[in-house]
Amino acid sequence: MSMFTIFSVSGSAISAQAQRLNAVASNLANADAVAGPDGQAFRARQVVFQTVPMGNNPASAGVRVQNIIESDAPNRRVFNPQHPSADGEGYVTHSNVNPVEEMVNMISASRSYQNNVEVLNTTRTLLQRTLQMGQ
Amino acid sequence: MIEHLTRRLEFFSDVLQLRAHRQQVLASNIANADTPGFVARDFDFKQALGNVQARGSELRAGAMPVLGGSDARHLRTSGALNDVANRHRVQYSVQTQPSLDRNSVDMDQQRANFMHNAIQYESTLRFINGHVRTMLSAIQGQ
Repeated sequence: MSMFTIFSVSGSAISAQAQRLNAVASNLANADAVAGPDGQAFRARQVVFQTVPMGNNPASAGVRVQNIIESDAPNRRVFNPQHPSADGEGYVTHSNVNPVEEMVNMISASRSYQNNVEVLNTTRTLLQRTLQMGQ
Repeated sequence: MIEHLTRRLEFFSDVLQLRAHRQQVLASNIANADTPGFVARDFDFKQALGNVQARGSELRAGAMPVLGGSDARHLRTSGALNDVANRHRVQYSVQTQPSLDRNSVDMDQQRANFMHNAIQYESTLRFINGHVRTMLSAIQGQ
């Protein structure tokens, strides 16, 4: 019964989207973090999705998180000489997280998650009906 | 004689398998809606059913070997050859709104197709149930 593969396909997508949400959460939590004594501020992290074949059907393709990359956007620098973490010129280096980008990413991940849950629910209903076949 | 009773059921079985297969293809598209470079796949149901029917009748007529496979050790029965995935090929769906990451999944279209296919699957199930009920009453003769 080929429909059982849908559970692993959608399951893999749900877990990948959850990982993306996790990255968004950690980015947003560190949005205002400043550079420590080593001068290295937090860098935004993004997940990279990749298609993986699943089951013995060539048409079914799941998702996996292939890599987590760090954004190389320039860090936000704020002039604040009173800050204990300010450098020699009086600038404080903040993380390079863009909160607007992260919010968009979050909504997109949440919608995709919901879509996959809906696919799972529909498939479950169909399989239950199939089990009742001929009764 | 018994073949007359089951012939229509075989047709519905093909339809049901093909619907399940399409459901799987569409689920893969929805799962990969955010994967860069993924190309959405789909197939023409009518054409695929035609292919499946043609191959099925060839199998039944004995034109095809019952045990296929390229090696003698391959365990392939007529049932395995009957699998819809082996009997037709998926195609790539037409891209409506190109995106920067070369992903061609149109979510609205995919969701509509998915629901449509689910309804069709369920109606095929109802046809089968009705057929079984008809046959049962024919057998019981009441």
